[in-house]
Amino acid sequence: MKVNVLFFARSREIAGVSETVLELKAGATSQDLLESLLREYPLLKEITGSCVLALNQEYLAQDEAKALRDGDEVAVIPPISGG
Amino acid sequence: MLSEVVRLRAEIERYSRQIVLPAFGVEAQAKLCGAAVLVVGAGGLGSPAALYLAAAGVGRLGIVDCDAVERSNLHRQVIHSEAAVGGHKALSAAAACRAVNSSIQVEAHCCRLAPGNALELVRGYDAVVDASDNAFTRYLLSDACAVARRPLMSGAALGTDGHLTVYCLGDDGPCHRCLFPEAPRPEACGRCSDAGVLGPVPGIIGTLQAMEAVKVVTGVGRPLSRRLLMLDALQGRMHTVKLRAKMVGCVACSAAATITSASLASYDYAAFTGAQPNDAAPPQLHLLRDAERLSPAALRERLEDGEEAVVVDVRPRNQFDIAHIPGSLSCPYDVGRPDQRGNDSQRVVALLRENGIGCAMDMVGGLQAWAALADPSFPAY
Repeated sequence: MKVNVLFFARSREIAGVSETVLELKAGATSQDLLESLLREYPLLKEITGSCVLALNQEYLAQDEAKALRDGDEVAVIPPISGG
Repeated sequence: MLSEVVRLRAEIERYSRQIVLPAFGVEAQAKLCGAAVLVVGAGGLGSPAALYLAAAGVGRLGIVDCDAVERSNLHRQVIHSEAAVGGHKALSAAAACRAVNSSIQVEAHCCRLAPGNALELVRGYDAVVDASDNAFTRYLLSDACAVARRPLMSGAALGTDGHLTVYCLGDDGPCHRCLFPEAPRPEACGRCSDAGVLGPVPGIIGTLQAMEAVKVVTGVGRPLSRRLLMLDALQGRMHTVKLRAKMVGCVACSAAATITSASLASYDYAAFTGAQPNDAAPPQLHLLRDAERLSPAALRERLEDGEEAVVVDVRPRNQFDIAHIPGSLSCPYDVGRPDQRGNDSQRVVALLRENGIGCAMDMVGGLQAWAALADPSFPAY
């Protein structure tokens, strides 16, 4: 199945793109997606501890293994602190 | 009695466009005129936030900032004029607010928000606007609002991105720590001075913060609690993401909180965030031995003596285009954050030396030092 990943702020700089499509095996969870993201973009490790993830515009707890479906959209949202 | 009638008449005239609004009306305007709001930071976010709150008629407006106005602030910090450069931001902002609306009380706090004064400052107001520019202050202010039970309109802007949410509202509204229990690493936090910021971006977010503050203190509308609005100004898009409720066991806002009115003042925010309460540069690296570095004056001398040397500029291309040492080569080293203080060049020299180029040298202090010590005509940016 395909999951669309949106990158914001620092994660977009690290990934070098504002969105990407990840191919995951059927039955994959949000944990599998995180692992796959870190394989693809190892530097994301810098921010995974301190960012919000959202699945289809809803908060996704990082310690939760939520089942994903084809066409889901996951957003990686690091904090920004400028002003 | 007559003076009271005159005052009321003037107020009705001033706020008439808000009062005639069915969704707002006399009642909400009266609440707004009776409310006190604290704006922390008189920069890119605080400029429009404070001006709109003053204009809309917040009864008492506090503005906290310890910095001075700099010329490089003016493109986005629209509350300050050229004449204010060098003066206190809090005073300049307060004067601008008074000029817009002399009927409200404006209080300038020319101090840094610190663990020792945060609770007292926050408790003096009904609602708080986080218009700060660093992680230290953001965690401190959120904690103070969680402890003092004050709603916090949190905004942030960097580059062409903006964030907006309302923290610590009602019984289930999360605080900053519920969402970001782990502080971002200092090197992951971009600063406007390095990463840049497009002027209208903080303007948009700061204006929305004023809107949220008006909604929260008047009870009108649906505040952006448990929702995060993200602005992508380049694409012209706004996303809203639903957020979690309070985190069970949150150290700041849950029943089991360990950050309390007694302990907040002694909490070590510098240790927790790895940063200081300002958007100053991360400390300079010392990766190289003295013999592997030379001062800007020494480099200048050697270039003037006609020594054959290649000067490699590792900053991003757009910064090279702003200004560079004549004859230097642009070879951007784009891992991590751009840096004009000579940290990236040390990394590059270390790499070159590891790879057998033993004559590679680093210029101490980067181009900021070059501008200060070797070439006064080099533009500071």
